[in-house]
Amino acid sequence: MTDLLDVKDLWVRFPTRKGQFDAVRGVSFRLGRERLGIVGESGSGKSMTGRAILRLIRAPGQVEAAHIKLDGEDLLQKSEVEMRAVRGQRISMVMQDPKFSLNPVMTVGDQLIEAYRLHAKGTRAEARAKAIEMLEAVSIRDAERVMRAYPHEMSGGMGQRIMIAMMLIPDPELLIADEPTSALDVSVQAQVLQILDRLVQDRGMGLIFISHDLNLVAQFCDRVLIMYAGRVVETCDAARLHEATHPYTRGLLNSLPRFDAPQGRLEVLKRDPAWAEAPSVGPE
Amino acid sequence: MSALSFKDLDVWFGEGRDRVDAVRGASFEVAPGESFGLVGESGSGKSTIMRALTGLAPHWSGRMAVNGRDVPPGKRRDRAFYKTVQMVFQDPYASLHPRQSVDQVLSETLYLHGFRDVEPRIERLLDDVGLGPTFRFRYPHQLSGGQRQRVAIARALAPEPAILLLDEPTSALDVSVQAEILNLLTDLRTEHDLTFLMVSHDLAVVAHMCERIAVMRAGEIVEVMGVDEMRAMRPGHPYTQSLLEASLGYHRG
Repeated sequence: MTDLLDVKDLWVRFPTRKGQFDAVRGVSFRLGRERLGIVGESGSGKSMTGRAILRLIRAPGQVEAAHIKLDGEDLLQKSEVEMRAVRGQRISMVMQDPKFSLNPVMTVGDQLIEAYRLHAKGTRAEARAKAIEMLEAVSIRDAERVMRAYPHEMSGGMGQRIMIAMMLIPDPELLIADEPTSALDVSVQAQVLQILDRLVQDRGMGLIFISHDLNLVAQFCDRVLIMYAGRVVETCDAARLHEATHPYTRGLLNSLPRFDAPQGRLEVLKRDPAWAEAPSVGPE
Repeated sequence: MSALSFKDLDVWFGEGRDRVDAVRGASFEVAPGESFGLVGESGSGKSTIMRALTGLAPHWSGRMAVNGRDVPPGKRRDRAFYKTVQMVFQDPYASLHPRQSVDQVLSETLYLHGFRDVEPRIERLLDDVGLGPTFRFRYPHQLSGGQRQRVAIARALAPEPAILLLDEPTSALDVSVQAEILNLLTDLRTEHDLTFLMVSHDLAVVAHMCERIAVMRAGEIVEVMGVDEMRAMRPGHPYTQSLLEASLGYHRG
């Protein structure tokens, strides 16, 4: 069986006044129809990895890789026009804050209908029916009312569900979710995660879940990549994240305050320059 | 005598049909030296209580007192108030002036509070928050998030307050930096005998920092509990139970 996504030796570079800056350095991983978590601190390159897969890094930034294969097709060989058929259609992306990813002057319904008609030829009525169906798929009860509403009338959790609904309209094979729940309250977060979870299971979709929250990733994903300074320092089963061995992962886990038992002082992460130098951990 | 005392506090924004009651009938006391936490979802009014106390939310009624002294109505506070109560905000990227160096930020604060021995005090403040003298002439863009939050804490400590209001002090920071800042706050509290009133959406952070916790929902305090009860998952109110369960993480249904 071929993997859904196969990334080999991915580099993202930005030229700066002080020379070249490598945001992602030689990352390789494979993804089946599963939930893959990418965790790391700010600046570790996790979001850049997600964007590079969709070739969304703007010039002067450069993406280089041996290959980024989606179902065996190399995305790097595609022209910009061909890439448009991939973005949204086959790989969708959900960003952190729905406030910035929805158009504030269009009703939710119009945005969903537009999203559908960009990818599929169909009448407006079909598009409308599909949009309502998708809103219902993300547990929005009064879809008719939401269709008529503007984004500012929606709460953060509703906004994020609408974003997910929009991403699902073309029925993508892979969803990249970049901190999809970080702007949400814990109670809403659980609902959004449940929706994502169901979609992976029911539709056989692949999911890349980018987050800074170790506990969340450990509970939600199947497999985890831990990134530091643009490299993958460790990869492990999500359920066994708490047995991780790399000192960076251990340091991150230990620096979290614990809910169940009091502690005197929190452990402070001591960074070892060697972590940034060691090559990325790959699938082979 | 309580360090902070709130009685039947109502805070609202807007008027007429646009009026939003952000806090409704909140009452609680914080003892001197205590660390008290406020938790709840966004929009539950936890930050608004702090903002009303410091005069940033001018429309309020009820009674607020600091060390037994009533806070005057409206948003005016005298210098003695700000010498006692200081606040650290959530986002150090927004709370520091981008064109003022660390030295300017601290010396202005010290000067306004009537200190004339500014030089040695700046050095001591930077030392207190774990930044060396090399940071003194840097601008915010030359500092990392954790270093900026340290500067914000130094500024809050400048008037030698007895009470520190902490509004999500670490939620804009990475977890490893969060650990450093929480340790720093714990140390400062011991060294300077500070009283903390802390807002956070992260229950593990609140449990680590506070002895008593008030749970808020839709502007009302639903319960005040001790940290041991919270850790043992023995809340008195069903809403707290659901909040605790949600914050413990995601479970596949």
